[in-house]
Amino acid sequence: MAEVKTIATRESYGKTLAELGAENPNIVVLDADLAGSTKTGVFAKAFPERHINCGIAEGNMMSVAAGLAASGKTVFASSFAMFASGRAYEQIRNSIGYPHLNVKIGASHAGISVGEDGATHQCNEDFAIMRSIPGMVVICPSDDVEARAAVRAAAEYDGPVYLRLGRLAVPVFNDPENYKFEMGKGVVMKEGTDVSIFATGLEVNEAIGAAKLLEADGINAEVINIHTIKPIDKELVAASAKKTGKVVTVEEHSIIGGLGSAVCEALSETVPTPVLRIGVNDVYGESGPAKALIAKYGLDSEGIYKKVKEYLGK
Amino acid sequence: MEILELQKIANEVRKGIVTSVHSAKAGHPGGSLSAADILTYLYFEEMNVNPQDDKNPDRDRFVLSKGHAAPALYSVLAHRGYFPVEDLVTLRHIGSYLQGHPDMKNIPGVDMSTGSLGQGVSAAVGMAIAGKLDNKDYTVYALLGDGEIQEGQVWEAAMLAGHRKLDNLVVIVDNNGLQIDGNIADVNSPYPIDKKFEAFNFEVINLEDGNDMAQIAEAIKKAKAVVGKPAAIIAKTVKGKGVSFMENQAGWHGVAPNDEQYAAAMAELENGGIA
Repeated sequence: MAEVKTIATRESYGKTLAELGAENPNIVVLDADLAGSTKTGVFAKAFPERHINCGIAEGNMMSVAAGLAASGKTVFASSFAMFASGRAYEQIRNSIGYPHLNVKIGASHAGISVGEDGATHQCNEDFAIMRSIPGMVVICPSDDVEARAAVRAAAEYDGPVYLRLGRLAVPVFNDPENYKFEMGKGVVMKEGTDVSIFATGLEVNEAIGAAKLLEADGINAEVINIHTIKPIDKELVAASAKKTGKVVTVEEHSIIGGLGSAVCEALSETVPTPVLRIGVNDVYGESGPAKALIAKYGLDSEGIYKKVKEYLGK
Repeated sequence: MEILELQKIANEVRKGIVTSVHSAKAGHPGGSLSAADILTYLYFEEMNVNPQDDKNPDRDRFVLSKGHAAPALYSVLAHRGYFPVEDLVTLRHIGSYLQGHPDMKNIPGVDMSTGSLGQGVSAAVGMAIAGKLDNKDYTVYALLGDGEIQEGQVWEAAMLAGHRKLDNLVVIVDNNGLQIDGNIADVNSPYPIDKKFEAFNFEVINLEDGNDMAQIAEAIKKAKAVVGKPAAIIAKTVKGKGVSFMENQAGWHGVAPNDEQYAAAMAELENGGIA
């Protein structure tokens, strides 16, 4: 088997910001002393005057971003997902969301795949928090190809966007030649008839792996990549649920308030369907290597496969 | 503009504050009245703004970080020609664009949505950074409450402003000495305010009477002349200024006058603010 390239979506973010910086002099990037980790440092190196390091003060950074956007700038403000969506929630809600300003929140180190830093830094609640802000677009790319396209789409979109990015290098599986990112549109990765698996972020690749294991058991799963958690692709979610009658959601996020909830909300209004939510089960994370944690929390292909089998009663 | 002329306008602004808050049956008259003279000076004398071109990228900016003083900002904007003075009575009414706290999306002339304390001054820092990036020579003014500076975010903003030497930023603290729960010195004293801003690398100007038009003019002139660092004006003001029974009363922070009180307040203001 050919070696699969792995890249962390935060790397894709930094590189794309640097490209955008060259194309658009109006782009300003903010960070809160994590430029080396969020990868905005790549932009800082190319455009030092347009990279504003706000120091360890995320709340202030978000309101500063609002002021820059109110002055006509396209702003990317970065920190870890925990501090962006958690500590600075109210600044994002009131300074950015309420006036619908053109600020993109690049939130890296999301989910348990942060790894060794442990629970304080593993944000499994950001979808829930950000999704509740009116007018906020919430995106979670699945690999490098999608992340690059998502960052570009966010830059083109006029309004607030929350971009969830990962620390862990993950396999690149989307085709860079033919990939086209459409905000708010889900992507059918594999067609199937027995069960619909909706996944986001690094769980898309794990869900594809699970579908292969299921296939060996004669279960034909449909796998859909929901890169835009909000606005969610209601039509696609409903159409797939209608076809298979059984729905599973997979996310590296709490089962409360994230993709699982968004899918349930969409289906309750369209095609009421039983849903198995796979994610972090209302618990905190812990320290350990990222991949070991993903396996421990049942979020790898094997774990998803087992849960889906059990759910289908097969 | 002559000082006397500005004082007359400030008095009209006060009438607008009292009238709108009375009509709303809710709102913040005390901290609006304390800031009325500073706001009047900025919008009628100092700032490069044009109500007919309120999004001009070269304009001066004003951020009401103490967003609850919205009645003062709305009254000044209305009298300056951004929207009809008659609309002030719709303040806080359902369906009105005059929201309880400033809403930049729907209110002409409002440069930033504020209301959650501590955030406006950070946005002002962002606007000042944008001015530097674009080589524009506009000035950004931010008005803070003295209770508001208990918010930690104010000092995060001050640190960044000082660090980046934002000499296009003028922060004004409306030091009326009172917050909802009482005297700021009793609740959680922010004093010494001047030394705090100095420590954050601001040029500090102590304005002894922030309700005196000539002194306001002098302080703003000094602040604008500062080069290489941001300026902070610590303005001693009287909460409720201009309506004798509201003056220096914490109880008038967030309460509207009833009909009788409204009539008494307007009668005072009809006499030019002299009780």
